[in-house]
Amino acid sequence: MTNKEKESKNNKSSISVFFDEVSRSSWLVPILAIFSGLLVGGLIVMFTTDEMYILIGDGQIFEGLSLGFRAMVDSFVALFTGSFGSPTKIIAALQSGDDLLIRRAFNPFLESFVASTPYIFAGLAVALGFKTGLFNIGAEGQLFMGAIFSVWVGFAVKGLPAIIHIPLALLAGALGGAIWGFIPGWLKAKTGAHEVINTIMMNYVAFRLSEYLLRGPLMRPETFTPVSPMILESAELPRFFESPIRFHLGFFIALFVAWLVYWFMFKTKWGFDLRTVGANPRAAKYAGMNIVRSTILAMVLSGALAGLAGANEVLGVNHNLALAFSSGYGFDAIALALLGKSHPFGVVLSAILFGFLRNGAIRMQIVGIPVDIITIIQAMVIIFIAAPAIVRSIYRLKEPKESDEQTFVTSWGAN
Amino acid sequence: MTTTLRKKIDYVSPSRQRWMGGIQMALALGIWAIFSRSLETGTFTTFVMTPGGSEFELPNWIFSTLPTLNTFAMIAFAFGAYQFIKGFGKRTNLILSIVVGLFVFSFLSWATAEKSINLAGLLKGTMVRAVPIALGAFAAMINERAGIVNIAIEGKMLAGALVSVLIGSLTNLWIGLIAAIIVGGLLAWVHGILSIKYKTDQIISSTVILIFATGLTSFVSARFLQKYQHLNSSGIFHSFPIPILSEIPFFGPILFDHNIFVYAMYFFLFFLYFALFQTRWGLRLRSVGEHPKAADTLGIDVNKTRYMAVILSGMMGGFAGAYFTLGSVGRFDEVMTAGRGFIGLAAMIFGNWSPFGSFGAGLLFGFADSLASKLAILGVNISSEFLLMTPYIATMIVLAGVVGRGQMPAASGQPYEKE
Amino acid sequence: MTNVLELKGITKRFPGVLANDNIDLTLKKGEIHALLGENGAGKSTLMNILYGLYQPNEGEIFIDGEKKIINSPLDSIKAGVGMVHQHFMLIPVFTVTENVMLGDEKLRGGVFLDRKVVAKRILELSQQYNLDVDPDAYVRDLSVGVQQRVEIIKLLYREAKVLIFDEPTAVLTPQEADGLFEVMNNLLDKGKSIIFITHKLKEVLKASDRITVIRQGKVVGSTVPEEADEEKLASMMVGRPVMLNVDKDPSNPKDVVLDVQNLNVLDDRSQLAVDNVSFQVREGEILGIAGVQGNGQTQLVESLTGLRENFAGDIFLLGNKVTDESPRKITEFGSAHIPEDRQRDGLVLNYSITDNLALNTYYLDPFSVGAILQEEIMKKSAEELIEKFDIRTPNAETTAGSLSGGNQQKVIVAREFSRPTKFIVASQPTRGLDVGSIEYIHARLIEKRDAGTAVLLVSSELDEVMQLADRIAVMYRGEIVDVLDAKDATKDLVGLIMAGVNPAEAKEMVKVE
Repeated sequence: MTNKEKESKNNKSSISVFFDEVSRSSWLVPILAIFSGLLVGGLIVMFTTDEMYILIGDGQIFEGLSLGFRAMVDSFVALFTGSFGSPTKIIAALQSGDDLLIRRAFNPFLESFVASTPYIFAGLAVALGFKTGLFNIGAEGQLFMGAIFSVWVGFAVKGLPAIIHIPLALLAGALGGAIWGFIPGWLKAKTGAHEVINTIMMNYVAFRLSEYLLRGPLMRPETFTPVSPMILESAELPRFFESPIRFHLGFFIALFVAWLVYWFMFKTKWGFDLRTVGANPRAAKYAGMNIVRSTILAMVLSGALAGLAGANEVLGVNHNLALAFSSGYGFDAIALALLGKSHPFGVVLSAILFGFLRNGAIRMQIVGIPVDIITIIQAMVIIFIAAPAIVRSIYRLKEPKESDEQTFVTSWGAN
Repeated sequence: MTTTLRKKIDYVSPSRQRWMGGIQMALALGIWAIFSRSLETGTFTTFVMTPGGSEFELPNWIFSTLPTLNTFAMIAFAFGAYQFIKGFGKRTNLILSIVVGLFVFSFLSWATAEKSINLAGLLKGTMVRAVPIALGAFAAMINERAGIVNIAIEGKMLAGALVSVLIGSLTNLWIGLIAAIIVGGLLAWVHGILSIKYKTDQIISSTVILIFATGLTSFVSARFLQKYQHLNSSGIFHSFPIPILSEIPFFGPILFDHNIFVYAMYFFLFFLYFALFQTRWGLRLRSVGEHPKAADTLGIDVNKTRYMAVILSGMMGGFAGAYFTLGSVGRFDEVMTAGRGFIGLAAMIFGNWSPFGSFGAGLLFGFADSLASKLAILGVNISSEFLLMTPYIATMIVLAGVVGRGQMPAASGQPYEKE
Repeated sequence: MTNVLELKGITKRFPGVLANDNIDLTLKKGEIHALLGENGAGKSTLMNILYGLYQPNEGEIFIDGEKKIINSPLDSIKAGVGMVHQHFMLIPVFTVTENVMLGDEKLRGGVFLDRKVVAKRILELSQQYNLDVDPDAYVRDLSVGVQQRVEIIKLLYREAKVLIFDEPTAVLTPQEADGLFEVMNNLLDKGKSIIFITHKLKEVLKASDRITVIRQGKVVGSTVPEEADEEKLASMMVGRPVMLNVDKDPSNPKDVVLDVQNLNVLDDRSQLAVDNVSFQVREGEILGIAGVQGNGQTQLVESLTGLRENFAGDIFLLGNKVTDESPRKITEFGSAHIPEDRQRDGLVLNYSITDNLALNTYYLDPFSVGAILQEEIMKKSAEELIEKFDIRTPNAETTAGSLSGGNQQKVIVAREFSRPTKFIVASQPTRGLDVGSIEYIHARLIEKRDAGTAVLLVSSELDEVMQLADRIAVMYRGEIVDVLDAKDATKDLVGLIMAGVNPAEAKEMVKVE
């Protein structure tokens, strides 16, 4: 900074100094990224409204555009009521005093937390990878493997009390994911084969494997649909309210696991190892850290976390395993790990946000917006997070004081 | 002291030599234990040598299965044992591929014992299924040679597939094809802005493009194509034999009776080979991928060159995407590319960042793909899900075997900054 | 004589730094004008401005009396300026011909590269200027000396009139450097003019016609070799009197600490980089390894510190066999390592100084209790080390990346020297540092030697090895060709051996002279 600039800064009033500070702060970018992502999503909804083009084609340009705009507003309203619940319904239910009505009115809000839960696990999985310099795109496959393992323990292991059965089924899920993470981790550490390609390949293998299992060994007897048997009641994660509210213990387990990941990564020597390997693998090697072990450990832990996401869905929500039950939690996790800056607490916040988005998107489907809009919004959010300069230039923010750049992954980088 | 070369030695680490030998012996034992022992003496394997619908018939190739398998097992074991004890040095990889070839051929003979398989049809199918993989590898190669890592080929393919069928249904196939190329280029342009202008981590930026393309194509497909089915039926480019060439016995119908996508693959193979290594364009492109600063000091605009490479690669990706619709089924289904873009990327790495290498690797994956579908028809006693896994598992094995030994462009993945 | 080049009032600001402050410089036709200054004085910035890689904030450039706007290397090439960069701008996987033609290609039929025509031109130039190269060789297979010739040919191929040599002797043996000065004179005879950037005093006096000294971005004086001597130039360059020689007592070697027997190490391309090397380092002595960069020193150091696998042979540290042990195990035996590339290997730039100082002790008591890091203790220890090793930083939480090069190196030295060590490998310990930091690091190394530590010093700066080492081992193409006692070694002798001359012959040659 030259002297002139310094002087001009000193002359500023305290209010403009305040705005200057706000403008440079690093939390503004994620917020604006989410806002921009939603906006782009809305515009895509507007411009893919087919009736709009029919009207415009008839020469009613203004009517067409206002119709498109209404479609956008409708979809945002649907997103809101789908994720928070409808305020009018909540008031009406509270006035009526009817238990079932109250539960129904609050259900969308609590259901958003149900949707957030697998996001927390999967987001932690990807974030832990990022911190170690690994890009785990395979959370989806690991999640499937976790679900398969835990559903099997859930229905096939009989006669256990819940206090043992639930942890066992969760651990089985973690194990399933860990195995699926171990393979690309081992390949990366030993041969240098890049985890991005391998985890994606492992995803496809996991999908095919689950198809095979659900059509064969794991298929529910006496049916011809590819669905597993229901898990035993002793393996179900307890729910806090009666039907239809599905809010269950998994959410709090997820919060606990997030704290555990934080503690492990930032407060223990093992976490120091992993973070150093992620920040500068050559320096880590020089400092005597075992890169091979750290890489494998990180992928195993990452896979285990993703596996817990699958186990959580099976044990807490579905109580069985069907084909394509996940629909992309593992991929969305990439966006939310970036949004949370790969920090466990950031991940929890982003996961809750994504849970609300996803839950709202289900309501959007009713007004004719495919759920894939969420994927598009997420892609936009990642763009804005990964290239903060874009957001800063759109909203005319100042440069941050400390560079908020993050290093995530290296190139194909053998070794 | 003039031009001095450093000492060179041919070196294969002892552990790698043992591993390779062990693998080869295991494959040999596999031929014997799994295939030979489950056969009775006197079975015959029949390979049909003429692809379906071809006019130039060759007689079928019939041989006695068991003696053939046993011979192969012995040859493979001999190779493996020699590799294990003494090692083949420089020829290690060659010998490994011969043994793997023997194993695959044995598997094929075993699976078709007492039955017949159309070998020519299998190979013809290989050429077709190699198209998206080889074109994907070419797209990735143009990018990486200029120093940009691109894992979004898959996304560009999806976009190309959707747009080509949409525009193709509205107008005609050729305009659909051009639209696919344009949309691939557009996506790539965004990728370029992110990775070149904003210097975003290239793996992140290409993942974004991938997620965006996956989301957008699924969105558009769900919102429009399912509602208006007539927008999702473009028809396809039909195959046509090339005169004279297609009349070559055996190879003619396999290589020269296809649609334009296969011919385009041949064309790009030679075109890229010459363009990359014999023209100013290629020399500059490669210099930017190897040592951008050196290129800059000689007055080459690094970022402009990289933009050009990224966009060309995207156009190639869009073209490859059109294969899935215009070149194959004539309609779009969500995530129909099923990882072919990634397999293309692996093919490029396996092919050592070179056109012919990538093409060869593409053929290999195409063969695995073609074989999986053929065996499903044959009714071999393996679940189709496992057969469908083969290309993915093959990709992983191949990557594990070659990465780190290839010659990656030195500056691949690094944004260029002057200061 | 006329001015071929004139720089007027060049000023360049980087965020937080004034790299060039109102610099004037003229170059007359047919002269070698030396630009002298220590690392970080702003020499390279100035030349990068002239070469179009940076744009100045203020100032004008005149070439042949004509004002030129130079916005890119292309402008500068067109204006007849060429530069031999300190780090060669050559593409290893290209041939010499391809490297030379890149950016100025000759085509056949308007499309295809015409390698033959260019190769012919290269041979012509190499005969004309006595620069022997093979146009078809791949650059990666060439020695650095030859690579430098390729760089010069690149400029001649583009018909440059003004040639800038940026620290050209850093990678050469003394004899190769003399050869280069001959080539430079040759170039002058053919009508070229040369700017010679360096921080080496002797070379300036030997090779230049005029000298301009810059310090902290400013011109502090101009002179001619006839009126200057080393001490005068040194104090101009640094701004205070400098001790040109390192003060040290004779060494007092005791027990063997490091014993290397028949070591063979491969490089990344599986080629033999260290060829059957055996040597010992004793308590209380500094063994210096001299050699032109790229003769296996890097791989040797990596092998000794456990960072690279051995191919054959054995390493013993204090009698323990440490061949192929992990870096951590070797560190725990009492070995310390100042790595060649401090930013890439020695530090995690976005970690705090505290974390960097604990980088190889964080897992030990008292920094870890069980598996849990003791942040307070780490911080307190860091603050003590910052004080003791005079690391200039606002606080212990500052990231290592925001420190200057000298302070980064001090962080490494503090970390490595504060542990109980029996053996130190110092690889290029002063590369790129200013004189003050160099003096500091040298003093610490001697201090460690006097305290009874065995020191292995690897440096491509022959002066540094000559000043510090008690014995000098010379590496050439992966072999240690000779080990000399420091008192018998002269710069000429070591230089000849570094260039591959048989040691016995070299000793004869030096005697005859």
